[in-house]
Amino acid sequence: MPEHTFRVNGETVTVDVADDVRLLWVLRDVLGVTGPKYGCGINVCKACTSHLNGKAVNPCAIPVKALEPDDEVTTIEGLADTVDADLHPMQQAWLDQDVAQCGYCQPGQIMAAVAVVRRAKEEGREISDADLDGIRNVCRCGTYFRIREAIRAGAKAM
Amino acid sequence: MRPRSSGTTDRSPQSPPPAPELGRRRFLGYVLAAPTLMAAAELAPAPAATAADTSSGPGIPTTDITEIVDLNDALTLAAAPTSALITVQVNTDGTVSFALPRAEVGQGITTSTAMLIAEEMDVPLDRVRITLADARPELLFNQLTGASNTTISTYTPVRVAAAVARGRLLEAAAIELGAAVSTLTIKAGEVIGAAGDRIGIGDLARKAAAVTTEAVTAELKPADRFTVIGTPQNRVDALAAVTGRKKFAMDLAVPNALPTMVCRPPTINGKVASVANLDAVRTMPGVTDAVVISTGVAVRARTFGQCIDAVRALNVAWRPGTAASKSDRTVLDELKAAEPSMGLPSVTPTVEETFTFHFRGNSALEPNCAIADVRSDRAEIWSGLKSPIVAKQTIAARLGLPVGAVTVHVTESGGSFGRKLFFDAASEAAEASQKMGKPVKLMWHRADDARQGRAHPMATSRVRASYLGGTVLGYKQRHTSVATDLSHGFGEVITAIAAKLPVGDIGFSETFFQLSQSMPYDFGVYSRVLNETDKGFNTGSMRNVYSPDVTCARELIVDRLAANMGKDPVRFRHDALSDERARAVLDKVADLGNWGRTMPAGTAQGIAVHTEYHAANAVLVEIDCRPETVNRPIRDGVAGPRVTKAVCAVDVGLAVNPRGLEAQMMGCLMDGIAQTLTASLHLRDGAFLEASWDNYFYTRQWNTPPELDIVIMPSSREKPGGAGELGVAAAMAAVACAYARATGTMPTSFPVNHGTLSFEPKPTVPPVPASPTDGLDHAI
Repeated sequence: MPEHTFRVNGETVTVDVADDVRLLWVLRDVLGVTGPKYGCGINVCKACTSHLNGKAVNPCAIPVKALEPDDEVTTIEGLADTVDADLHPMQQAWLDQDVAQCGYCQPGQIMAAVAVVRRAKEEGREISDADLDGIRNVCRCGTYFRIREAIRAGAKAM
Repeated sequence: MRPRSSGTTDRSPQSPPPAPELGRRRFLGYVLAAPTLMAAAELAPAPAATAADTSSGPGIPTTDITEIVDLNDALTLAAAPTSALITVQVNTDGTVSFALPRAEVGQGITTSTAMLIAEEMDVPLDRVRITLADARPELLFNQLTGASNTTISTYTPVRVAAAVARGRLLEAAAIELGAAVSTLTIKAGEVIGAAGDRIGIGDLARKAAAVTTEAVTAELKPADRFTVIGTPQNRVDALAAVTGRKKFAMDLAVPNALPTMVCRPPTINGKVASVANLDAVRTMPGVTDAVVISTGVAVRARTFGQCIDAVRALNVAWRPGTAASKSDRTVLDELKAAEPSMGLPSVTPTVEETFTFHFRGNSALEPNCAIADVRSDRAEIWSGLKSPIVAKQTIAARLGLPVGAVTVHVTESGGSFGRKLFFDAASEAAEASQKMGKPVKLMWHRADDARQGRAHPMATSRVRASYLGGTVLGYKQRHTSVATDLSHGFGEVITAIAAKLPVGDIGFSETFFQLSQSMPYDFGVYSRVLNETDKGFNTGSMRNVYSPDVTCARELIVDRLAANMGKDPVRFRHDALSDERARAVLDKVADLGNWGRTMPAGTAQGIAVHTEYHAANAVLVEIDCRPETVNRPIRDGVAGPRVTKAVCAVDVGLAVNPRGLEAQMMGCLMDGIAQTLTASLHLRDGAFLEASWDNYFYTRQWNTPPELDIVIMPSSREKPGGAGELGVAAAMAAVACAYARATGTMPTSFPVNHGTLSFEPKPTVPPVPASPTDGLDHAI
């Protein structure tokens, strides 16, 4: 079976798995990294949102063969380490707003939020309603309003 | 079959079930023999409800619980007087543990339960550890999570157990400190003496333990001394949720439980006729097993990705299902045929309308899933289950095992909305594990969840209101629905012995309907009837069950009545409401939402009221139905009218955790918006067309009101009402009323966009779509 080497949350991993198995299943079923959740498998619900080299991506739509040895995958479990703290400011904002209900979509929501704020900052602007409206992550508990509040607060602390 | 109704519903208006009450606040509890202090209380069966409480309409007879509970069950229970207790345990590290016999699905009951214990014991909230109890058949129907009933039914028993523990800790501390109990207090988890000497409850955990089980009494803290109950608290599992550490069923590492999926039929409940390539699929990469089960072909593999590939590769011949050749149109015809007569025409002016509510999916974001490890002599199941006792009993029967040989663990659920009242995945996982002879981690693909999962049944609601001058003389509502499956536990006790009862579940449904529907307005002669037809669909109680549709129809008619009488819709409602709490929430949202303000053409306000679960709720929304808003471009989604502002006022009596209550009302609002504007299933030729979240248009960020205000009314009662579902009905109705006002046309078919199919249906063979490979192209 082919071997694939890449980095997950700061550590190099090598997995023995078929080329076309999507990264989501390599993370969850092979490596036991369960923060990214399954909600659709076709890149529409965004529950698995994680970062690849700092950009938000959906591992359910990435064959493992697409990863290079120096590619850095960051899941919710590794987010705080990227700022060298116990919690990333966006996670703290999520706690402050008590956003989560069932919590199933929230790792993906937080990872998407961080990416959206980074994009706005790179473009030298504040988070807008259009940015928030453009976040595609589904929350079936309907926490959307608190998500919006948390992103605005988290953006100030990032 | 002789008709009979039952009043033993978990949904009924009821007082919190009493632990045996010995005085105003003194209750009977127990100290159980255990190594560390274990205090207990009875989780008493809910008293039989009376329909008379629910409406001014014709009551329905109730049946005493003793007619329903099997005599053997009663005898078993009687033989073990302490078996049905809930227990609060004090640990040597100073923490307090409680295994809650309910399911946490996001509604926040682990937090509110921890608050009750923290309050009664004077321990810090973060030292209370709430877990979810395994299925406990000895609790009979008292382990069903539903009908927004958890807090109503557990509020007193949990506090009694905690109060017993508190009393025991004080007694043990009195001996340790050589002081009288009356001189001691507990603060922040420490017993403090008059001289300031202190001892932690962890140090008392063993000393306060009992050698033999004994009955004791305890006094509950009066409400005016509450410091935790009624204060806004963040969720106890919030940190786990935001760090990815919260474990759902599919996150559990059960040895050798490999990913498993099921290849499902192209029509609802179709059956396998034959499989052409089972052996070939067994040799696919990663695949370990492929077997035919009752619902399809189960495949087990190293990863779920390889399960998806195997499901797609299977070549299965299918037999037709239970809804063969049916479509929205034919089901509507069935409903029309089943609609009861509205009676003789009224001699006075009337407002009359028929409303249609299409099928809706109640999928949670976590799809149906379960882990099962079935051996020859025993089985173990892990799943998010709201009716674990029925699940345990049913699965045991299907596996041919004694009930006691099946252990059912209740995991944290990634949402429910009614879906997790059923145990479809747990049943399948058990069957697959037994047939494969191996543990399985079985998950439904999202497409399975949308197409073969439970749906809120399609329904019509006919309303006729007669009036004269400014007075409503009569109001009739005839609700006709595809049958709702309530077999999960309309009271688990009823389900558990349903086969032995001389009733069909049509009778249960009508009872459930009567007990759950209230009529908040004084509208003269009032009647409501539920008729059901067609049991060929996989249906279930979606959040708030019948109320959103019934209330939406009613509130639209109320607006029409007000218009015909030339009255302001808020004033008209205010004057017609019979309940003071309902009037108060209405006035609150009208005031806060600036009711009647001038708005641009194509935009409008809507307002609605709903009462249920000992609670009252009003919602005011503003909607923008202008073409530039409705037609704004959204990729793979529906834009539609935008609710731009929502104001919600809620009175649940005592709000244990106002912050959690706000969260529930917010979620209910999003459900209401979806049900009026965008979310439905389209039935065509025996199958639902929707297969994922790009087909089923639940509220998304672009549909979310940018302005939201939720007001929790000052506590109007000493006891809590229900909240988890409360807000859906008024939200759905308010959005519909606003839409009618903004567009000048009252909608009569829901959701309003149902007539336009806003997506390209995915193929049904193979039954699940392939995962894309272009994820790197969409990085943000």
